[in-house]
Amino acid sequence: MTTVRVQTAPQRKRRSIASWTSDQLDLIVTPVLALVLLILLVTVWTYSTFDPTTERILEPAQLARQMWEQTILAFFSTVLVVLIAVPVGILVTRGGAPRVKNSMVSVLGLGQAIPAYGLIVLFFVWLGQGGLTVIFALATFALLPVLRNTIVGLEQVDKSVIEAGRGMGMTGFQSLTKIELPLAVPIIIAGIRTATVINVGMASLAFLIGGGGLGETINAGLKLNRPTAIFIGAVLVALLALIFDFLGGLAQRYLRPKGL
Amino acid sequence: MTQPLIQLQDVTKSYPGVDVPAVKSLNLDVEPGEILVLVGPSGCGKSTTLRLINRMIEPTSGRIIYEGADVTKGDPNALRRRIGYVIQQVGLFPHRTIAENIATVPKLLGWPKAKIRDRVDELLELVSMDPALYRDRYPNELSGGQAQRVGVARALGGDPDVLLMDEPFGAIDPITRDRLQNEFLRLQGELKKTIVFVTHDIDEAVKMGDRIAILRDQSEIAQLDRPENILTEPADEFVENFLGSGAILKTLTLRRVRDIDLDPMVTLKQPVHRGEALTAMNDANTTTAVLLDERDHPLRWIDERALNSTRSSLETSGRPITVQLQPEDTLQDALSSMLQSSAGMSVVVDGRGRYLGCCTIESLAGLLLPHAPGVPSS
Repeated sequence: MTTVRVQTAPQRKRRSIASWTSDQLDLIVTPVLALVLLILLVTVWTYSTFDPTTERILEPAQLARQMWEQTILAFFSTVLVVLIAVPVGILVTRGGAPRVKNSMVSVLGLGQAIPAYGLIVLFFVWLGQGGLTVIFALATFALLPVLRNTIVGLEQVDKSVIEAGRGMGMTGFQSLTKIELPLAVPIIIAGIRTATVINVGMASLAFLIGGGGLGETINAGLKLNRPTAIFIGAVLVALLALIFDFLGGLAQRYLRPKGL
Repeated sequence: MTQPLIQLQDVTKSYPGVDVPAVKSLNLDVEPGEILVLVGPSGCGKSTTLRLINRMIEPTSGRIIYEGADVTKGDPNALRRRIGYVIQQVGLFPHRTIAENIATVPKLLGWPKAKIRDRVDELLELVSMDPALYRDRYPNELSGGQAQRVGVARALGGDPDVLLMDEPFGAIDPITRDRLQNEFLRLQGELKKTIVFVTHDIDEAVKMGDRIAILRDQSEIAQLDRPENILTEPADEFVENFLGSGAILKTLTLRRVRDIDLDPMVTLKQPVHRGEALTAMNDANTTTAVLLDERDHPLRWIDERALNSTRSSLETSGRPITVQLQPEDTLQDALSSMLQSSAGMSVVVDGRGRYLGCCTIESLAGLLLPHAPGVPSS
């Protein structure tokens, strides 16, 4: 017993230092990478000579619209993911039905097993074309990381902390909102961050069913054999993904409860 | 006798799919103001029994009476807010400050903010932690011992009459554990709470308990009595085995020097001549005497060799008395002082340092083993 206690104290400290430095790295590496991409983008943009077709594809106002669409698609699909996956994750960790939980994870995991391309087409068949369909498809695809992290996050909460809370007369709901969820927040946010980045990338497929986004530029570049257009479209997608990732990193850093 | 504060009546807990119940028709009364220790081998159901009291585990059958009212049904959360609960792993909320941790139950009870703040500071001081220093810290900044102090403070938050403690000092290193136990006993002297304390350590049980319940499988009470009675008269073989071979030694911590019939010994009061001393010792047919000063403070052990050496005066011959006992000391102190003493016995003095008598191995044995044959008395 004694040795366990002696071991955990320094371990806990070491872990917090490690996560602190990884947090720091997180918040430095992403902007650096984004900066490199931005420089690359500006260089290519400035020093390439665009033929009229490329110029039409890379029309700035059009690019801005596509980036905006991509952002909106990624944002709302992530919101939808959170609205579905977090409550489901909470529900399956209540009560005592581990079988329900496991099968739930498998079923929702199917979303990720189907290629995003196929998923978008399936949702198109069901819901018709447009951005909303894309949002539903993306949400289905990115459900798993948030669900899994919610479950893991809630289950990794030290059982003795919950026991102490319940033993002092906290209700099940108070234990959830005041102890378990706050302590699971860092892990849940990590899942949301993953889902966001997936959604930003996958939103490039939205053009398939008329959902807009930077996929239009990349697709046009491919069809018309304009490598510069493909490159610029791809770099813009990557930039967006990095920005979302950075915001996720900030959230992870500042929404983490103090004392952890 | 006063009304028991907590009563377990025929309480049984069985789990589905398991044939033998974890706790089988247990009857247990906890008197107000006492520390009742539940002790037993692991798996005997002592923790389960404790958790039945605040309904962290719901009994399968039987009744739990708390302050005269049946609490077997009804809101378990309301019940738990009236009962302090301390567990081995402490379970402090890592994302809450020490103050917020301690304020948990008062907040649940809806106390006004100012009252909570005062209560937190009061409790931190009670467990010997400086409120100004610790109030706003987080649990990960505390050592194991400090964390359990906060754990105890938190359990006392709502000023409950009852504390349930499940091996509270089990995960703490022996030195800190000893200190926390002593501090807790001091605290209990002031607070006079009713405490049910679970441990697997019979030494801890003997030290902490006003009464001890020794449990065997299915939480069956093998013996329930005051610690000294259990140690001297174990009810059966199970209890005897559980106490282990050191039971006699454990009683040493429970009994005091004043319980011993002190050996008068020959005393030589200053000023005394060598010749007088020799006569006195020869008359009493003893080889050792105690030299006292004018105010009856013991000075030295005088033996034959000291008497025979004529080189120095009486007050510098013989061996000095370095350890003295007082009637309040435990027999354990007495034994260790006797072992340290050059004469194989130690002197007992009163509060002002005046000689009362001597404590010998024989008198100690005579107290501990009243039925042992052939204990010589001098």
